[in-house]
Amino acid sequence: MQKAKSSPHPKSNTGSARKSYPIVQLQDVKRIYTLGNNKIYALNGVSFSIEKSDFVTIMGSSGSGKSTLLNMIGCLDLPTSGKVRVNNVDLSKLDDDGLTAIRRNNIGFIFQQFNLIPTLTAIENVEIPMIFNGASADNRRKKALEALKKADLPLEFADHKPNEMSGGQQQRVAIARALANDPPILLADEPTGNLDTKTGHNIMELLKELNAAGTTVIVVTHDPKMEEYAHTTIRIQDGEIII
Amino acid sequence: MKITERLPSMLKNNMYAELAKRNLKRQSVRTILAAIGIIIGVIAISSMGILGNSLKLSVTDSFADIGDKLVVSPAPGEDYITDRQVDLMRKVGNIESIIPVSSSGEVIEYRKDGTTFMSYVSVYSIGKDDLEKLAKLDQGRYFKPGSTDCVVGASIASNLELTPGQKIEIDNTKLRVVGILRERGLGFDINTDSGVFTSAEMYDKLYPDADEGYDTVIVIVKDIDKIDEVADEIEERINKKEELVTVFATNLITESLDDVFKSISLFLMGIGSISLLVAGVSILNVMLMSTMERTKEIGIMKAVGASRKDILKMFLLEALFLGVIASTAGAILTIAGSYLVMALVVKNTSYLFTLSSMFYVMEGFFFGIATSLVGGMYPAWKASRMKPLDALRYE
Repeated sequence: MQKAKSSPHPKSNTGSARKSYPIVQLQDVKRIYTLGNNKIYALNGVSFSIEKSDFVTIMGSSGSGKSTLLNMIGCLDLPTSGKVRVNNVDLSKLDDDGLTAIRRNNIGFIFQQFNLIPTLTAIENVEIPMIFNGASADNRRKKALEALKKADLPLEFADHKPNEMSGGQQQRVAIARALANDPPILLADEPTGNLDTKTGHNIMELLKELNAAGTTVIVVTHDPKMEEYAHTTIRIQDGEIII
Repeated sequence: MKITERLPSMLKNNMYAELAKRNLKRQSVRTILAAIGIIIGVIAISSMGILGNSLKLSVTDSFADIGDKLVVSPAPGEDYITDRQVDLMRKVGNIESIIPVSSSGEVIEYRKDGTTFMSYVSVYSIGKDDLEKLAKLDQGRYFKPGSTDCVVGASIASNLELTPGQKIEIDNTKLRVVGILRERGLGFDINTDSGVFTSAEMYDKLYPDADEGYDTVIVIVKDIDKIDEVADEIEERINKKEELVTVFATNLITESLDDVFKSISLFLMGIGSISLLVAGVSILNVMLMSTMERTKEIGIMKAVGASRKDILKMFLLEALFLGVIASTAGAILTIAGSYLVMALVVKNTSYLFTLSSMFYVMEGFFFGIATSLVGGMYPAWKASRMKPLDALRYE
């Protein structure tokens, strides 16, 4: 197993003193979808904060708004009202490029469907976020290999395409990709949803290890068994936090 | 130093390029079809250009003049140009030389394979030095002043099968052929190919009743750009009260020929560009389908940190690749095809490897790339504007 990396928050942008702040902060966040004449409150005034290096599960049944919540934190979606701060940056003040930069530098995404690019090999998939970060080719390859090791993918699979790998292996590639730019936050949307119980358990163990090394991990799930890995659990129902 | 050393590896390791390459390969049949569109367009544009250019070259090649001559003739109603008028011309600046010429039409009979042929020739009286300025010798030498020598043009020599030393008969007077001129092509001044040139003394013997002056004065200018000024000045000096001479600039003809062929080339290339337009639409279609299919991928890329610019770059690079590869193929096929056609049909490939023909190949090449880029622009823009969340959800 790989040793923990030195700095857990390499991209934290504390300008002045090392004043502590929550790495994720939501204030009265509402997200309203309009379908015809109906207004759907996917999120209805959600407020909470997540501290650095926490392991959080966001639990809720399907349609509860938990994925919407994750998309807010991941800068993929903006709230209708309320404020989301990631690494102390107010997302509502950012344009498209600004949101992209936050995603690129602060957040690693892990999806239920793995979402690897089918034409690229495992290691190339891991290199993708680093391309957009402007890393040099040599550096990219080196760091991608490191990330794959960290994600426990046997290195003989580095040059395999996604369709030549098992679900568990694909998810490890996806995790390695999420780690590529050393983000302080990992966001996982049902990371074990497409995996069998044993593989799912291994993936969760991996996330736990990464968290122990300092990365803030936020997992969205409907599976109550995931709770045991987490330090903090946020329960959401009908767009509102229930505990 | 360092940059140049690293450049090949940078190109090799450029993931944008790699991504573009693979995406093109992924739908290889569709890519090839789109490429064929561009290839046909490039071939159409450049081969039409070459066709027009070869046409122009073959026509202009048959003209001897580069257009640095003025031909001064007597104005309608005037019989000849006088010595005084020639002296007036000498006062005009920017003139290289002034060549006064007298001429008469003749028919020479000759026999070949038992049949009698008639050849229409012009007999010219011209200074020996002046003839040297207008035409080059192929065989023999120029005539001596005052002798019965004459120099004949290339087509007379070949019709009459003349060689230096033989004699021809004009008006019962025998002239000795001492030189044969090199073929010069159609000229606007005098027609050397079917001319018989002799000294003024001999000419006077042949035509004792001829006019005093000259039938034509050829003026060679020093600077072709000043040809119009020289023409104007000659007219000003001589045609003071009444019109005595007309001045004709030979470059007028080459200039208008140039214009004609420019429009022919433009017209032909216009036809060619229609096919490129069709190719552009097909690129647009291919790239649009490609963005649709890859919507989810674009979402993933955006989720892991691709900016709008990154996505734009990726898709434009793809279009650029397609354009460069197809245009290169088109250019090569054009050159190969034109060579074949010219070698087989015209049996002369010299017009293909001229700068102006290659210019049309380059033009087709760049038009091909530009079309591909233009066709790829809208899909690339569309892809870059996709919302990451919507794109991710796309199945």
